[in-house]
Amino acid sequence: MKKTLALSLLIAGALGAVASAHADPRARFMAANCSYCHGPDGHSRGAVPSLAGLEAKYFVDQMKAFRDGSRPATVMQKHAMGYTDAEYEAMGAWFAAHK
Amino acid sequence: MTIDRREFLKVSAGAAGAVTLSGLAGCATTSVADAKAKIVVVGAGFGGSTFARYMKTWAPQSEVTLIEPNPVFTSCPFSNTVLAGINKMEDISMPYDYIKKVVDNFVPDTVTAIDTAKQTVTTAGGKTFAYDRLVLAGGIELLYDAVQGYDVETRKTIKHAWKASPDQTGVLRQQLEAMPDGGTFVMSVPKAPYRCPPGPYERACMVASYFKKAKPKSKVIVLDGNPDIASKKGLFLAAWKKHFGYGTDNSMIDYRPNNMPRSVDAKKMMVGTEFDDVKGSVINVVPPMRAAKVTGMAGVRTGNDGTWCPVNYLTFESTVVPNVHILGDSALTNFPKSGSVANNTGKMCAYAISEMLAGRQPDPSPVVTNTCYSGTGMGTAFHVATVFRWDPEKKALVPPKGANGVSKEESELEMAYMESWAKNVWSDTLGLPDNYNFTAKG
Repeated sequence: MKKTLALSLLIAGALGAVASAHADPRARFMAANCSYCHGPDGHSRGAVPSLAGLEAKYFVDQMKAFRDGSRPATVMQKHAMGYTDAEYEAMGAWFAAHK
Repeated sequence: MTIDRREFLKVSAGAAGAVTLSGLAGCATTSVADAKAKIVVVGAGFGGSTFARYMKTWAPQSEVTLIEPNPVFTSCPFSNTVLAGINKMEDISMPYDYIKKVVDNFVPDTVTAIDTAKQTVTTAGGKTFAYDRLVLAGGIELLYDAVQGYDVETRKTIKHAWKASPDQTGVLRQQLEAMPDGGTFVMSVPKAPYRCPPGPYERACMVASYFKKAKPKSKVIVLDGNPDIASKKGLFLAAWKKHFGYGTDNSMIDYRPNNMPRSVDAKKMMVGTEFDDVKGSVINVVPPMRAAKVTGMAGVRTGNDGTWCPVNYLTFESTVVPNVHILGDSALTNFPKSGSVANNTGKMCAYAISEMLAGRQPDPSPVVTNTCYSGTGMGTAFHVATVFRWDPEKKALVPPKGANGVSKEESELEMAYMESWAKNVWSDTLGLPDNYNFTAKG
């Protein structure tokens, strides 16, 4: 667990370092798009899962699985179809870095 | 080189298209970071309160004033469950205590005047607030005059319940409780575009669910100003058939398209349409509506024959008056007028303004989403979900292929998600703490 946490932080840090000044606010905004269902900063107060602290790779894999239909969904296939792979990764890094 | 703060803040997405800011940003950064941009927000609903919260999170140096006339937040989403008897008014009402702590200035007052030349807002209490950016999130204004007889006296008996409050939703629930079995509930649907497209059809479900349990000989008559069910048609028809006998001689729901109410009479308890007069034991007429009164004061209600407010999609700034942004139901967009859209576009506007304050261009390709659940009153719910992305050719935010659709069928799982949505969107909008004690149920 500690290892994955460190790795997530490393990835988030690396992304932040290489990204333009514009990328971080955009990732933060797109992550905030999720919060009316998944809770403020990804902390859910109901039956919908929290996203805060998820490993970035897990987040990205789930979005891809929602998109191709291999993970059954109610609303999530539509949401997954609306973002690019790079955006999955940016949102995944944001949630990984916010416990 | 110095840049006047006011001039700098005036840089909008419209102007930014022609003027590249990157050259200016380097020398402007210090003065802008030091300057406190004054942002005045009118309305602490899903749009305004969300905007204020995210503005303070993403640009803490901005000075945010939030003006709201209502003493508590009452949620329109979920208010139909009060009519069904599933929740009470207190279950869908939440305090402004938390958002008050987030903003610099919370003003419990009504806006009476806006001067967009001087950039000031004045309230009934006689206070005047100067702004660099004004955000109007006042929801809707109901046009009673468009329905003959819908005068102040009549409004004591006939409720719209399209702005949730004890005097509207609460009284309508009391009327339904007092109605004898075998009575008729007559409700109306305004012509699109209106606040909450699936709301009226959900209301028909919710009231029918109450009748099914408590007053099984009673009926719901839906007078629709539109030619057909305006949202989630297949899902509502399926729910009406499954639970309320729709399509049979014993249907509890009588749906009448192209039946715009033209008049109301509280003494005769009658609604007049172009076709006939419809008698009801309880009458619930939603009059036509337009963008909130405050948008008229600012001169931004210029779209669709002066009913809604055209906006720049990248910033939600008015296309006619600079430095005035319009959020939520008042905006003229291709988005549904939903709580989720108001919440999400509140963030988008905060994102755009915070980028401009940081000396950057607003995001040229933003993404916003809608997720909207409707309940049947029978323990199930269904959704519509859409992602809107910037399309440079159409100069609009439109759904990519596959990023728009509805549930296959109603389900108990989606009822659990709908209840979860309510708790999360209320928290996200109002800044409710992790341990906030919600009492609303699906």
